[in-house]
Amino acid sequence: MLEIKNLTANIDDKTILKGIDLVVPDGEVHAIMGPNGSGKSTLSYVLSGREGYDVTGGSAIFDGFDLLEMEPEARAAAGLFLAFQYPVELPGVNNANFLRTALNAQRRARGEPELDAIAFLKLSRAEAKRLSMPDDMLKRNVNVGFSGGEKKRNEVLQMAVLRPKLAILDETDSGLDIDALKIVADGVNALRGPKFSALVITHYQRLLDYIVPDRVHVLAGGRIIRSGGPELAHQLEADGYAAIVAEAA
Amino acid sequence: MNVTLPLSQLQAGAQGFLARYDAHGMAPQRTEAAALFARNGLPGPREEDWRYSLLRPVTDVRFVSPDDAPRDVSDALARLPKIDAPRLIFVDGRFRADLSDLPAGVTFGAPAYGASNRPDQHKLVALNTMLSEDGVTIRVPAGHDAGTILLVSIGTGNDVSFHPNHAVTIGDNARLTLLDIALGDGVYLNNPVLSATVGGNATLTHLRLQQEALGAFHLSTVYADVAASGTYDSFALTLGARLARMEVHADLNGPQASAHLNAAQLLGGQQHADFTTVIHHAAPNTASRQTVKNVLSGHARGVFQGKIEVDRIAQKTDGYQMNQALLLSPDAEMDCKPQLEIYADDVKCSHGATIGELDGDQLFYLRTRGIAEAEARSMLVRAFLSEALDPISHVDGRAAMEAAISLWWDRHAQ
Ligand SMILES: Nc1ncnc2c1ncn2[C@@H]1O[C@H](COP(=O)(O)OP(=O)(O)OP(=O)(O)O)[C@@H](O)[C@H]1O
Ligand SMILES: [Mg+2]
Repeated sequence: MLEIKNLTANIDDKTILKGIDLVVPDGEVHAIMGPNGSGKSTLSYVLSGREGYDVTGGSAIFDGFDLLEMEPEARAAAGLFLAFQYPVELPGVNNANFLRTALNAQRRARGEPELDAIAFLKLSRAEAKRLSMPDDMLKRNVNVGFSGGEKKRNEVLQMAVLRPKLAILDETDSGLDIDALKIVADGVNALRGPKFSALVITHYQRLLDYIVPDRVHVLAGGRIIRSGGPELAHQLEADGYAAIVAEAA
Repeated sequence: MNVTLPLSQLQAGAQGFLARYDAHGMAPQRTEAAALFARNGLPGPREEDWRYSLLRPVTDVRFVSPDDAPRDVSDALARLPKIDAPRLIFVDGRFRADLSDLPAGVTFGAPAYGASNRPDQHKLVALNTMLSEDGVTIRVPAGHDAGTILLVSIGTGNDVSFHPNHAVTIGDNARLTLLDIALGDGVYLNNPVLSATVGGNATLTHLRLQQEALGAFHLSTVYADVAASGTYDSFALTLGARLARMEVHADLNGPQASAHLNAAQLLGGQQHADFTTVIHHAAPNTASRQTVKNVLSGHARGVFQGKIEVDRIAQKTDGYQMNQALLLSPDAEMDCKPQLEIYADDVKCSHGATIGELDGDQLFYLRTRGIAEAEARSMLVRAFLSEALDPISHVDGRAAMEAAISLWWDRHAQ
């Protein structure tokens, strides 16, 4: 599904990613943990095509596509989704219209028929209900005036409607209350299957109790310095990063 | 800079207009206006409120009076929004009964010279009054809801200038929506004046769509005199003309009178458009709102000048003014001049201005959801405009504005 090889990237001549190697096979969920500033969000932005990052080497192949050569919208149509660590507010853009425009843009790009207003309404309402989001959040402007947790839930709603093949969840659990955490985890788990993979970036082992990962990776200083099973998250929770970072250095 | 040259050119331009005035058998208003125009000429760069908008390009053209040759305007008519309402069509400033569909309560075919028509105070109004051939007078009787009327100006080019003078009187407790559309082809100058009198508890909704030809000039003046609890509710969309100035003077003369002077200017290429307002709060508890949005691409230049005058008697005035510009190109420019003259002590007046570009984070967010860059940009521009458009409650009028914006965007999307 996703195969990243020796990926290096700069921001303004400062090297942030120093050679990332990571493979996420079809149907697997991998977690990425790591200290603040280690490059986790940078990796997710580089994979989704944000401007301002200079990819200096390596490759990222997604479902057969050379991801790094594609426009962000083409990556989305190919099935990549990023749940932002800091979801962006769009004043004047209605949430439901936004989501429908996005869904139909992707469907058009894939040569699929567009969803009409009624079919979309049914779909988006059903998904919002599953995430315990009130209908009125669909009528509001995208993320404007949403609480931190509501913004995160809105990201998961978008994921649920857009049904990506690979979702990168960048600290989607931060700012969620305990109930919301379960709801969001259920939302991700509902998508799990042989054609869905996820890269879950988190600081807290707790999320991984609900979304049990196949693999856990530690990203520090722009490199993956350790990979393991779910037990690695428990170890990090208990001991912190210092020992592992020292060992890798 | 040497200002003598443009001034002398302005004078030459004014002479050209003046030469077309024929005193023979004219209405006294025109004679007076001609004397004023002969003395004062055209507004020039030394005048404080004309600093940003120089009329020099107007004087580069030798404008002539429209001739009597029949003009085919079917193409322009086909571009009008399909709205089921009576329409008053002017071609090159002349009323065309054959193309119009007359509502009741309308007199037409003569310049109206409303009570607030002030050629002594405004040079462009003097020019209008001096050369005005036609206009319409609309009177809505007290208590009557006159629905919607389309007022359409079509310019056919050939360097003509035309100067229609209209008056609209809304009786107490009466209502009217005037959908005021200006369009055309070629090079021409449209210099209209419209004087509106809004009675007690009455509403005039004035939706203006300025879609003049890109070689044309649009220099308009609107006066709105609003009585107690009356509302002058306006939205002006500027898309056309090479050089445009819309000047609006709203006088809030009775308690609870209000004025909404919302506007959007979408410009590209070398276009220059100026939206200038003077709101005079002359009674207590009056309110004014102005949300002005500018989207500027290419080398376009937008100007907004908003003056709010609050008389001493006008306590509890509520004035709000916001001007925002979105620059889509590094060569576009916005000039903004708010002016508050407040003589009452218990008032709430706020004004603000922002200038910015499309937000890169917002664009990226939309694109990560699969929305192509061009569509993402269009969505953000519309979102930016929505604050000015959302107050339009007239469904057909709003749709006409949206359609015109779409057309503009298709032409200017990079
Ligand atoms: N636009 C930028 N300009 C300069 N430095 C940047 C920029 N964006 C990120 N960085 C730097 O890149 C490094 C990695 O940042 P990144 O956001 O990827 O960290 P992270 O692992 O996601 O951290 P966190 O856990 O706090 O979210 C940090 O040192 C950060 O300061
Ligand atoms: Mg981060």
